[in-house]
Amino acid sequence: MCGIVGLFLKDKSLEPQLGALLSGMLTTMCDRGPDSAGFAVYGAPSSGKAKITVQSADPGQDFDGLAELVGGAVGGEVLIARKDTHAVLTVAADKASAAREAIRTARPSIRIMGTGETIEIYKEVGYPTEVAERFSLSQMSGTHGIGHTRMATESAVTTLGAHPFSTGADECLVHNGSLSNHNNLRRELKHDGMTFETENDTEVAAAYLTWRMNQGLNLGQALEKGLDDLDGFYTFVVGTKDGFGVLRDPVACKPAVLAETDRYVAFGSEYRALVNLPGIEDAKVWEPEPATVYFWER
Amino acid sequence: METVDLAKVALRELNQVLHQQKAGTNATSWEVVNPKGSHAVAVGVDAPISIDIRGSVGYYCAGMNKDATITVHGSAGPGVAENMMSGEVRIKGDASQYAGATGKGGLLVIEGNASSRCGISMKGIDIVVKGNIGHMSAFMAQSGNLVVCGDAGDALGDSIYEARLFVRGAVKSLGADCIEKEMRPEHVEILAGLLARAGITDAEPSDFKRYGSARKLYNFNIDNADAY
Repeated sequence: MCGIVGLFLKDKSLEPQLGALLSGMLTTMCDRGPDSAGFAVYGAPSSGKAKITVQSADPGQDFDGLAELVGGAVGGEVLIARKDTHAVLTVAADKASAAREAIRTARPSIRIMGTGETIEIYKEVGYPTEVAERFSLSQMSGTHGIGHTRMATESAVTTLGAHPFSTGADECLVHNGSLSNHNNLRRELKHDGMTFETENDTEVAAAYLTWRMNQGLNLGQALEKGLDDLDGFYTFVVGTKDGFGVLRDPVACKPAVLAETDRYVAFGSEYRALVNLPGIEDAKVWEPEPATVYFWER
Repeated sequence: METVDLAKVALRELNQVLHQQKAGTNATSWEVVNPKGSHAVAVGVDAPISIDIRGSVGYYCAGMNKDATITVHGSAGPGVAENMMSGEVRIKGDASQYAGATGKGGLLVIEGNASSRCGISMKGIDIVVKGNIGHMSAFMAQSGNLVVCGDAGDALGDSIYEARLFVRGAVKSLGADCIEKEMRPEHVEILAGLLARAGITDAEPSDFKRYGSARKLYNFNIDNADAY
């Protein structure tokens, strides 16, 4: 079943509350997916820097001395902010790829969740409210964010199988549904140089959009192409550095509700997820049409 | 007027007290506040009482309704009035997917738009939508009337049996075995009655077109295999 939520702020004064609002939305969706949860928050960029979110089953062992190790390998300062099983490393933007390589070499048990100027991604197995609490989601601020509560269908209940999936810089995707052509598509994308960490169908959708955006398309155009190439049931919510997109397949049997006010755009699998947003009583609330791309950009 | 505040009372308690009402009850008028998108609000009511729900509801509101008059002063999630037997359900806002699915009787009025699969497999219910309806509506509809004052989405009435579909606006496409049919005087009369019961005064029956079954797919015939 899965529950997905997303919040894209237009009003800067709401930014300190992003995490609190998103956390409220996510926890309402617990009963749609109690297996695992995850969220991506787009925070303030710091000029010339990149953030790498990493995860480890053994954070004590893996994160101690990691910043120094990576800093030494890439020849620059690396800062680390630890949060439970996750940590965010900040490096000079031009050293981000080298830093990712250094992490893989030095600590192979570490999983890289996402990289970008603004994105931070947290995901774990467990009941969604507990996952949100472990990473203090409600304390986070940012411009937009998406979240997911998972009821596993196409692949195992593991940390890597949790959403969001991030396959490109500052990109991430959450999915309610299942894809039927993900094996074929994965093979074709691998042939074109994309890499995969899991057997999960959603990772293929994320990688597909990254692949399209690498060809020069914007998120809206990439989602349009997705309608031709992705087969199955899906409601997608997608984030980029400054964009927010929603897409449902042509059959559109997976639920979705969008709400828009002057201050934000919000997405929920159900209206329940939106009820505590400020001014929701006067928001324009509608059900996104099938096979129709919805896309906002700041 | 009995008021139940869902911010203070559990949904199960609300439904239990509504189920306890029988014909002849003194408590004929109910109000439910703070629904906040809850699922299964006022499901299975079996008494001639009126219930006003102040706000939007989630899945399956007013399902299996018998005799009650239920008004949602907001929007409704998927499956509103599913399998309704009788009575009246009115949604002041929009309705999500499969509104009135498998309904056997009664009147469902949606004052806003309805989403996909409105009236899917309807079996005698009357549904009146002031706005538009989505794709695959009245799929396998068996009997009853679906009135749409706005437009209909793709594949209207796919594999329809004997239900009558009246649409004022554009129909994006008709499903398998669904065709436009002549509006005879008896249809105008049925439609006028439904519009009146729904309280719609700004639509003339003559503005509507009627759609129904071509009856080619009732029994399997190899010559019609391509139509499935």
